[in-house]
Order: sequence, then C-alpha cells, then structure tokens
Amino acid sequence: MSCHDHLYRGKSPQEISRRWFFQQCGLGLGAIALGSLLRENGFAASALAGPLAPKQPPFTPKAKRVIFLFMAGAPSHLELFDYKPQLAKFDGTLPPAELIKDYRAAFISPNSTLLGPKFKFAKHGKCGAELSELLPHLATMADDIAIVKSMHTDAFNHAPGQLLMNTGSMQFGRPSIGAWCSYGLGTESQDLPAFVVFSTGTKGPSAGAGNWGAGFLPSVHQGTMFRSVGDPVLYLSNPKGVDDQIQRATIDSIKKLNQQHLDVVGDPEIATRINQFELASRMQTTAPELMDISKEPKEVLEMYGAEPGKGSFANACLLARRMAEKGVRFIEIFHEAWDQHGNLVGDLKKNCANTDQASAALLKDLKQRGLLDDTLVVWGGEFGRTPMVQGGNDGRDHHPNCFTMWLAGGGVKPGLTLGESDDFGFNVTQDKVHVHDLHATILHLLGFDHTKLTYRFQGRDFRLTDVHGELVKKLLA
Amino acid sequence: MNPFNSCLKIQAATCLLASLSGSSLLLTSNAQPSNLLASAPQKVDFATELKPLFVERCYDCHGEKKQESGMRADSRADLLKGGDTGPSIVVSNSAASILVQVLAGTHADLAQMPKKKEKLTSKQMGLVRAWIDQGAEWSTAASTKQFTYNTNHWAFKAPARPALPAVSEKKWPRASVDNFILARLDAEKLKPSPEADKFTLLRRLSLDLVGLPPTPEDVDAFVADKSANAYQKQVERLLASPHYGEKWGRHWLDAARYADSDGFEKDKSRNVWFYRDWVVNAFNTDLPYDQFVTKQLAGDLLPNATQDDIVATGFLRNSMVNEEGGIDPEQFRMEAMFDRMDAIGKSVLGLTIQCAQCHNHKFDPISQEEYYKLFAFLNNDHEAAEIVYTPQQQMQVANLSRQIRDLETGLRHTTRDWEYRMNQWEDSVKNDQPEWLPVQSRLHPGDLSGARFYYYDDNSIRAAGYAPTKWRALFVNTNQVKDIGAFRLEQLTEPNLPGHGPGRSIKGMSALSEFKVEFVDVQNSSSRFEVKFVKATADFSNSEKQLESEFYDKSDKKRFYGPVEFAIDGKTETAWGIDAGPGRRNQARKAVFIPDQPLHFTNSMIMHIRLVQEHGGWNSDDNQNHNLGRFRVSVTSATNVVADPLPASVREIFKTPRDRRSEGQIAAVFSYWRTTVAEFKDTNEKIEAFWKQWPEGESSFTLIARDGNGIGNDKRPTHLLKRGDWLKPADEVSFGTPAFLHPLPPTADGSRLTLAKWLLDKKSPTTARSLVNRVWQCYFGTGLLESPEDFGTRAELPSHPELLDWLACELMDSGWSIKKLQRLIVNSATYRQSSRVTPELYTRDPYNRLHARGPRFRVEGEIVRDIALASSGLLNLTLGGHSVFPPAPEFLFEPPASYGPKTWKEDPGAEKYRRSLYIFRYRSVPYPMLQTFDAPNGDFSCVRRLRSNTPLQALVSLNETTFMECAQALARKTLAEGGKNDAEKINFAFRRALSRPPTDSERKELLTLLQKQTKHIADGWVNATELGTGKMGSVTNLPSGTTPTQLAAYTVVSRVLLNLDEAITKE
Repeated sequence: MSCHDHLYRGKSPQEISRRWFFQQCGLGLGAIALGSLLRENGFAASALAGPLAPKQPPFTPKAKRVIFLFMAGAPSHLELFDYKPQLAKFDGTLPPAELIKDYRAAFISPNSTLLGPKFKFAKHGKCGAELSELLPHLATMADDIAIVKSMHTDAFNHAPGQLLMNTGSMQFGRPSIGAWCSYGLGTESQDLPAFVVFSTGTKGPSAGAGNWGAGFLPSVHQGTMFRSVGDPVLYLSNPKGVDDQIQRATIDSIKKLNQQHLDVVGDPEIATRINQFELASRMQTTAPELMDISKEPKEVLEMYGAEPGKGSFANACLLARRMAEKGVRFIEIFHEAWDQHGNLVGDLKKNCANTDQASAALLKDLKQRGLLDDTLVVWGGEFGRTPMVQGGNDGRDHHPNCFTMWLAGGGVKPGLTLGESDDFGFNVTQDKVHVHDLHATILHLLGFDHTKLTYRFQGRDFRLTDVHGELVKKLLA
Repeated sequence: MNPFNSCLKIQAATCLLASLSGSSLLLTSNAQPSNLLASAPQKVDFATELKPLFVERCYDCHGEKKQESGMRADSRADLLKGGDTGPSIVVSNSAASILVQVLAGTHADLAQMPKKKEKLTSKQMGLVRAWIDQGAEWSTAASTKQFTYNTNHWAFKAPARPALPAVSEKKWPRASVDNFILARLDAEKLKPSPEADKFTLLRRLSLDLVGLPPTPEDVDAFVADKSANAYQKQVERLLASPHYGEKWGRHWLDAARYADSDGFEKDKSRNVWFYRDWVVNAFNTDLPYDQFVTKQLAGDLLPNATQDDIVATGFLRNSMVNEEGGIDPEQFRMEAMFDRMDAIGKSVLGLTIQCAQCHNHKFDPISQEEYYKLFAFLNNDHEAAEIVYTPQQQMQVANLSRQIRDLETGLRHTTRDWEYRMNQWEDSVKNDQPEWLPVQSRLHPGDLSGARFYYYDDNSIRAAGYAPTKWRALFVNTNQVKDIGAFRLEQLTEPNLPGHGPGRSIKGMSALSEFKVEFVDVQNSSSRFEVKFVKATADFSNSEKQLESEFYDKSDKKRFYGPVEFAIDGKTETAWGIDAGPGRRNQARKAVFIPDQPLHFTNSMIMHIRLVQEHGGWNSDDNQNHNLGRFRVSVTSATNVVADPLPASVREIFKTPRDRRSEGQIAAVFSYWRTTVAEFKDTNEKIEAFWKQWPEGESSFTLIARDGNGIGNDKRPTHLLKRGDWLKPADEVSFGTPAFLHPLPPTADGSRLTLAKWLLDKKSPTTARSLVNRVWQCYFGTGLLESPEDFGTRAELPSHPELLDWLACELMDSGWSIKKLQRLIVNSATYRQSSRVTPELYTRDPYNRLHARGPRFRVEGEIVRDIALASSGLLNLTLGGHSVFPPAPEFLFEPPASYGPKTWKEDPGAEKYRRSLYIFRYRSVPYPMLQTFDAPNGDFSCVRRLRSNTPLQALVSLNETTFMECAQALARKTLAEGGKNDAEKINFAFRRALSRPPTDSERKELLTLLQKQTKHIADGWVNATELGTGKMGSVTNLPSGTTPTQLAAYTVVSRVLLNLDEAITKE
C-alpha cells in the first residue's frame, strides 16, 4: 500500500475508523490533514482533506500560480512608465490650484513646483508600449506584458499602503493575498509551503510580517520567508553535531514512540504530527536542493544576472521560477528600495539595474518553459510618486492618486497598455483601477469570483476585496 | 397573501441602476416616454410591497455598501437627491421619474435596470409607479435604516441561573458543572469516560493552571497521597503558585493585544512590561474580574488611583502607534481608537462591534451611531507614558520623599520667621519679569522631514508623529514686532510626551544643539540677516555630559550636552541639556537668548526660528531622538534679561492669594525658596544628596483623561464618521450605549469609568458569559460557544447553553472571582476524564463538544517552549521585569528581513531561559518559535488562538537553538542525577519530559536508540562534544564518571523525548 498503513500496524480493522483511515491515506504527504486546524475552523469531518491539499477553484483558472514582484517604497511611475511631456514643459512651475485642492501629501507642501521626468522614453515592441530608458530589458518583453497606468490607492504612507496592496485593508489583521490563494487553492508542492516570501531590497517592507500574514485564516496559510543565502528556511539545518544519520534515527524514534502512544490514546492528531515530522525531514533535503542555483546552466544565470550564494533580487527571481515549477502557489518578492524622496536619478538607475534584467528574465524564462501561460506575474509598489518635486530637484513624494503596475502571463492580455493619467500623471483620467480591482482581477484569473472566496470570522464573511472590487475585464486576454 | 411578495422571494439578488453612470443627460419632467406601463390602481403599501423588491434588486449597487453613479436607493431622501444624473424620483409624477424610466427601459440614454438581475414585471412596474404617484411615502417602519434585527437573541438577555438538570448517574457528578454535561450525554446516549490516571491528571492540571509540567517530585507526592482530597490539595497548591498568573495572564494578554513594540513601519520598541506584570499579578491575587476590567479601562479615574491602577490603563494603550515619516498623527490616533473599540468588543463584551465603524452592523442590532456613542467614552484622553517604579523603588521613593520632607520641616522649625521671609522674597520677585510676547509660528512649508506638529492656542507647539533623530527644524513667524531685546524658548510639559516631557526622548528629555534666528524682509526675501547671540541663560542646564551611547550617530564626533551656552556656540556637537536626573527631570524649562544688540525693525520682517536638534542617534527607525516635545518662543523688548530662575509652577502658585493656598502649594514655594537662602546651604546640600539617590524608574503607556481645563486639554467632540473615514465627520454624537443591551443609569456621565461600570454591570448580557466561555475554551480547546468573540446573532448556539449561563451567574455571584471559577471546572468529573478516544467516539464527536472524554490538545506556543525548559532543568522561574531576548536568528532583525535595524541583544546566562511569556515581542518581527506555534503577534485583540500542526513546528522543536540546548541540558542532568544504569537514566529523563514512567516497549525503544547512537558517536562519525554541548573543544563540568560520548548519546535520547507529541500536548 502506498499510504501510511504502518501507522495502524497491529490494530484490528475494527479499531480503525474507515473515514479516519481515508483521511490520512487518501492524499500525498504534502497534503496530509492538519487535523486540528480543520476541526477548529468548522470544516465538516468528512472534508478533512488538509488545508493545503490542491483544490480546484470554482471556475476554470487561467493562472495556477502567482509571482508578485512587490516594489516596496513605491517606484516613480513618472520616470518608468508614464511619460509626461507636459510635465517637462511645466518643470519648475507650480501645479494648477484646482489639481491640489484638498490634496494631502506625506512630506511636501502640495504647492511645490512640478518636476519634469528625469529619463527618456521610447516605444517598444509591436504593441508600441512606452517605456523608460531605465527598463531596457523589460522593453524586450513589451509585447508580453500588460501595463496598467491607471492604478490608484487610498493610502499615502508606506505601511498602510503596503498593507492595502497585500491584504486589501490598511489595517493590520487581514489575510494577505498569498494567504487567500493558499486558502483557496492549496498547494501543488509536496514539500514546500504554499506561499513563499523573499525580501531582497535595502530593507524589509514597512508593514513587516503583516504583509504576508494569514490574518484570521489558519496560520498554515501565512507566507514562509525564504532566504536566498544561508538556511533557506529557519531551523532547516540540523543543530551542530547532529549528522543526517542521527537526525534520521531521531525522527524514526520519535515516530515509533508517537505511534505507540497513538495506539493508546487514539487521537488522530498524533498521526498528523508523525506526518509533519516526515515532511520536515523531506524539506531538509529538498529545500536546500531547490535553493541551490549553482547547477543552473550558465546562460540561465547570466540571463537573470544571478550569482549563486548571493542574496539578490536576481537570485530570488530565479528561485521563484524554480518554485513555480515545484508547484508553489504564491511567491512574493519584496524589494523595498523605491522611496525616492531624494536622489531620484541615482537611486532609480541603481534600482533598475538591480531589478530590470531579472524581472524580464523571469518572464522570458517562464515563457520558454511554457510556464508563463499559467503563471501570473505582477510587478508594482504600493503607490506612485508626486509630479511635484521634493527636496531641490531630485525627489518625489508619496502619491496615491495615480501609479503604474504591470502584469504578465496567466490570462492577462499581452501587449496591452491600460488606462491614462492626466498631463501631470497626477490623476487617472481613464480606466481607473483601484487596488481592490486589481485583487478582484488576480482572483478571477485564478478561477475565483472575488465576492465568493470568503472566510467566516466573527460572524461575518470576510473577503480579500472587503465590499469593494470590480473585475478589470479589459486586462483579460 | 400578497401575490407580488411571493414571486419576489424566488428571485436571486444582485445589482441595478448601474448604467446611470457616465451620462450627463439631464432629464426633465417633460420627458414623457410613450411606452410606460400604467400605474397600479390600488394604494401601495411600501413596507410590504416595494421594500423587499428594492432590497433585492437595487441595494447591492445603490445601498449602504455601494452607490453606483453616486446614487442610493435606500431612503426617500436619497431617491429625491438622486445620483450623478439628478433626482431619481419626482414625487407624484412617476412618468417623469428617472427611476421608473430606467426600470422600464424607456430612458433614451440609460440602460434598463437592474442590469444584472431580473427586470421588473409589469405588475411590479405598476406598483413602483403607483407608489411614486401616491406621494412616494417611505413609511418609517419600512426604512432600511431602521433596524429589523433580532433583539430577542438569547445572548442579548442577562443570564439567569438555570436549575441543575437531573442525570442518570447520580454518583458521577463531582460538581454542578457535571450535571449539565451528563444530562447532555444522557440525551445523546453517551457515557462519560473514566477518570484519567494520576500521572495524566496532575500533568493536565499543572499545564492548565500554571503552564508548566509537574516535577517528578510533585508527581511522586501526588501518587503517594492516598487521602480523599489529594487532588484538591494539588489544585490549591497550583492556584496559589505565582506561575498561575503567568499562565492565565497570557490568555488575557492575547485579548489585550500585548506587544513590546509600536507596530507599523518603525515598529519601535516600547516599555509596557509594567502592564504585563500588572496582569500577571492581578490573576495571582485573584483581583475580581469586575475590578480587573474597570482598572484597565479607567484605573486613572478611580478615587486615590495608585500607580498600579494607572498602569492598568495600558490595556487601552496596547494599540499600535505609527510614527512613519509624513503620517498624520490624528489619522493613526483614530486607528488606535478603532482598535480599542475592537479590543473591548472582543475581550469584554464578546461582540463584534467594529463592524459598525463604517455602517450599521449587518447582523447585530448595533447602529453606526451607537458605535460612535461608545467611541465617545474613549475619545477624551491623552496618550501618556508615565514614569513608574517597581515596588522596591516605590519604597525608596517614599523613603527619600519622607527624608526630604523631614529636612524641610526641620528648616521651618529652626527658622521661626521663615514664613515672613518667604513672603518678603515672593514680593521681591513677584513682578521682576519683563513682559514676554509669545510668537505664533508654524513649521516652514519647505520642511521635508515628515515631522508633524500640533499648534496650541497659547502659541506653544507640540511635536507628534515622526521624530527625526537629527534635524534642523525651521519655524516661521509672521507677527511683526518692532523691538526685540531678548528671545525666550520655553520647553513645556505635556501629558502626551514621554514622562510628560518636555522632550521626546524615552525619558522625556531634549537636547537643543543650536538656537538660531534669522529675519527675512517680507518685501525682499534676499534681504535677510541672522541674529548673533552673545548671551544665553536658562533656569536649568545639566552639567556638561557626553552623550550616552544609545544616541551614537556613527560619526566619530564626541558630542556633549550641558550648559545653555552650548545652544549658541555655533557647534552642533554641543547642546543645551535639561536632564535634572530622576524624579526631577520632567519639568518645564526655559532659556533666554540675548542678541549682540537690541533689534529694531522698520521694515516688515519674517522671523525664521531654527531649532537645530542634532543630538539624536543614527537610526531614524528607533527611539534615539532628543527632540523638543512641546515648546514656545517668545520675545521681549526688554534688554539685559535673564531666564527666570523660578519654576513656572511656582509662578503659577503666586497667582493664588497667599491666604488661599493649600499646604501643598506652600510647600512647593518653600521647596524652591529654600534653595535661594544662603544659610540653608547645608540642608540644601543634604536634600540634593537625597535627590541623587532617586531611582530611575521605568515608563509605561497609560491614559490620562482630558479634563477640559487648560490649553491642549479641551474635550474632544465625537462625530459619527461616514464610512469610518476620519476625514469625513458627520453629526456629533454624545456618549451612550447600544439600545439592545442593558441601559446606562440616567445620571451616567461620559467618562471611561461609566463605561467600565456599565460593562461590568450584572445586567450585562454578555460580559460574564464571554469570560466564562473563554475560560472554558482554555481548558477544553473550544468554548461552550464556539466563537468567543461573537455572541451575536450569527454565532452558532452554545453546546451547553444552560451551563454557560450557570457559570456566568456563578462567576458574578462569587464576586467575579476567577480562581473560584477555575475550581468549579478543574474539580469537575468532566475535567478529570481520561482523554483517550475510540474511533467510534471520535467519529461521533470529533471536536469533543459533548465532553464524553477529557480534553487533549497541543499546548500554546509559550508552553511548548516552557515545557522543554522545565524538563531540561534550564528554566529560570524569575517573575516579571523587562522582556528578555533569547536566541534568535540575527538576520531577522536586520534589513532586508526587517524594515529597520532592530535591537535583539541576546541575553547572556540564565535570562535567556526565562518563561516564554517574557520574550520581547516585536510586532513586525515576531519571535519565530512562538509564531510557528501560533502565538499571536499583538496586532489586534485575539481571544481564540488557532492551533496548527505543521512541518515548520517539527523543524523548530528539532533544530532551534533553545530546544537543542534543552536536550543537552536534560542529558547532562540525566547523567548527573538519573541513576545507576541506562534503564534508570532513561526512566529519569522520560519522567522529566512526560511526567510518567515509560512503558517497557518505550524504554526498549529508547535503550536501542541509545546503544546505536553511542556506537555511532564512539565510532567518530560526529564530534561528541559538539553534539553534547553545541561547542567544539573539551566538555566542562561533565558529571563525574561520565564521558562526552555518553553526554552526546543522551542528548540524542533527550531530543527524542522533547519532540514527542505527548511532550507538547495536554492530555
């Protein structure tokens, strides 16, 4: 038998509840029931299929997984995607009074002078998408991505803005989008978490672990932070002095003693724990293998700009592809580096040098492996930046009214540029897409009606989009 | 029966009227569509005939949640007002009403509605038309803004004590609880399980009451105790243990969202452990629950409030604080207010009131207005950090105060004419100050620091929000003064500053690096000049000190703070310091700065006041600032002035006529006056020496009520906030409580104390139920009501409703004693059952809601770690105090894993083996071991922890540093104390980990493991020392007669024991 009959060795068939038996044996190891979780969350006993068991969404999905390149700190749409010649023309003048009426800014006085775009733009690809000279690699993939120039959000401070982008709420305590995906879809990976997080910027995201938390969802859905250097997962390595033989013997002894105790007390939770130790043991082997990019072909490493042993965005992108292949459901790379209140030119050059090649390589790599069709890649930050200058001549403040993101693969219409902003890139003038709308669209691509993917908590059905969100149909292929 | 109603019921709900959007066409009443169906002939009853139709077809898009095209259809007023295309209805003219035209699909430009749902039938159209033609009456009873909620819900009525039910087996019940449980089992035709064996029972009791396993000695004593009350003796022993409060306090701290940091981006550390210790102590002293909650909500308002009472208000202060650059402090004050409401709702009321923040609660009868009425009770406070003292320090403070008082009393005795002399002095100084004109200034609009300020009516300014650690704040003043002889900077105290200020450092201190003033010509901004200051005086400067290491700025500059002249010496390395030391530092201070010559202006000039504050540290994400807190700049035309040496508080007393001063006021004046009297020199020096012994104390977050007296202390009005948006205040609301709960007494005021009394009223339907349910949940894994946070109408019914009420009544009748409640439960036969389960019973009742067996589940994360520490003998049982820093991966506290670099200085020695309750909790970087085992991180109130079972947990208990150290320590202890041979030693280690002796087969398994691993180690496959100690080199203090190989092999065995399911499970 392929299942875990050894758990019940020596017991008469009468002692084994049939249903219990099937609960434990009907699934692969990675999907083994996390029994008590399910019980406490009101799943019927017959539905004890494990919260991470792969699930079919209600509709045929276009995307099976998501890679979210979260550019925390908020990149300037005006230097990267949303070219505004008028802004150049009015550089150094004050913005129109009606534009900034009632506008609240984080640092600057709204009545600060306008700052023209700092970089050149050109049209790329068959689609003619307009991109900054800072993104030469992405430019080669212009026909594969959909650029949304009409994003807007509610928050103009980092922590609330990042929370909103990641959880649909500016307040702490809501499940993150990765956790929702894990909850809704489980994972196809046998021995990796459903939701994996990297952080590769100059610092961590402002809202910290709240960005990948499970909120009120079972904690198994929270993002697991991986590192591209050192132990990929906390406590993955054996303690000092423990070799693999001892580790194996230890886990075997734990299993035997747990089994003996299971025979006595009969609590299936013990069987679950036995399986978790087995899974942990497998992770100890497979995770380092997965994280070892040194065996990737040279041209692949070069394409990403990845260097084995480094903690870089490029390495994380390559690892994201490897995880996508292994069935990880949601991979989010936080690259917090984009808060250019000053040193806009220098920092943007540096940030783009650090991220542009790898982002484009990820798309190329996924595409050549046939994975881009069912992998949704999302790129963007928590808000945009003001057309008004901050600090002399080389900075921009936080700006919630208008910013740009791009999406690719997974059912997104390639080569599309959606939405427009006004002459200053200040307000969206066409095809407004709120963060909630983006979430609704991501869930749609994954096969969900965003209003139906809910979780009952405190007597209320909660969802990622709360009471908001409209599907952005124009984004769909 | 109305035929229309019946057909409406089968129609699915979704959306309508959506395509009004985008059209700018104005429809006039003249537009007469030709093909409208006729108006119904009969009188229409809106409530029964139309409202259900509107609800189903319109409100999804034009109701409370959404207003497509700016239009709402759930009140008459909203329909009259209409949306983007103008009024939706024209009263008495249905044909001209846009509503009718779009519903009928006759509108020239707008699509027929509902867009996504079934269109209206002709009969329905007729009704709509008739209703409008008949005046569009929207009867109050039918308004959806009125509640039609179930106020008859069981949990909204005060609990009444039910009679004990009859049971089949009269001998089984040990306590009244059991009658309720057994009656249900009888009904279900189930039998209770037999009592658990003594090993299991004591371990269960011990884990439940103190969160620690019993020692083998405790177990031996209990097993040997054959007396009838042997079990009760253990109950009493454990309830009396100081570790009881640590276990049960932790449950409350979850609900109180306790954490040691601010949350959000900076997530700075905060000092709130006094509150944590207060909670632990409250459980240990069995502070009645009504007082327990009252103190946390309003301890500061109690008569003769003690330090403890004030510390208790930290409950409300456990909300997160955002000091990210550029935030509006008021926005995040409001976020904290919402959080407080949520915490009270979950932890005390057991109701999800936060739903009503944005709109009327969807399911429970609490309106948005009622939410803000409750909110009004909490909206009038300062967010303070008080200086607090440990009990020993309190004694020290009392002693020092007494000694100082005695010396001052002595002076009065020996100086017969002190009163006369003091009055003479007062008369001589009373009017010796020039007139100062406060200047009104604002932060320069070009300041990009992201700092924010409150501007008060007395022209003082308070810093809030982001605190830059090094900056050059520029304030601009436009009121024009012709003659200036001197400038004065006052630093003022203020309840919202740390320790009341006047600065913003953790101690409430500031350091002013430079004070600069520049005048700019209004007409010609290039015409400007900087004032050259030649003299500075202050009422107090501390003696010159080098800046403390916590303000290290990564430069090699030596920085100092001290004499006020440092503020005009042109050097940013030196600053005016105002730290008068513990007990006296948090006072208003002032400095006067004299220009090289009096200033006289003929042109209109703008004054630029530059307050250079460069004495902070390098990390703007930490608490290393030395900023001014509240301050005010004034000018005078007088020349040659010096800073008034008299404290502002003494000047204030002068305003009260002498014959009306209190003894305290007289003493305060005396305390200052004596320092001016030369002949008191000796005594003054003695007093000074006592002040030097004053303890530092700590700070703790508390609340102080805004009493309406004084500037910055006014009563805040509370408004209903549209959609919960703090920028959209609607009508002002006064305090009040939801109508479906018990009423407030008619004489009640709007204080927090009133709110607390109301919550703890015995007529409160949910307060007592909520607590007993959570206590039950702690014991049995699930509450009698499954959702402890929600007793509302959407909650499932309790498993044993009568028992819930009986326990709630018992709690209140016992004087709200939680320890008595614990006894009721742990002494019951229900609790003492064996937790073994057959497949049949498991299938029948997988969640053990019927209690036909004892509870069995994995303990909380803190206890998982505490068990390992206790079993190994490493556990340090010290109570209370600063939070501790056990081993953790360093990279977690550094970018890019965390936003800012955080301090995690691993404790050396025994501190790192303290109970997990004391582990420092950063909200943004939760302690990984605790997070993995489902401990909440304090972002919001949590009254029900999840309990997961994951591979990451296995990795922690196998490989994490402390767990490995525990295995090594248990091995060492086993070798030292475990007996003569391996079998005895294994028995010893097993009993320490699991509280029971091993079975033969368990012993055999472990012996086999021991032998095999001994060989493996001896064969040199691994380094024995490294395995047994975590270090290379030689083993120190090896138990005599043992070898490093033995230590290593027993480490393997111990590690197995500590990783067993049973080791981390209460069963």
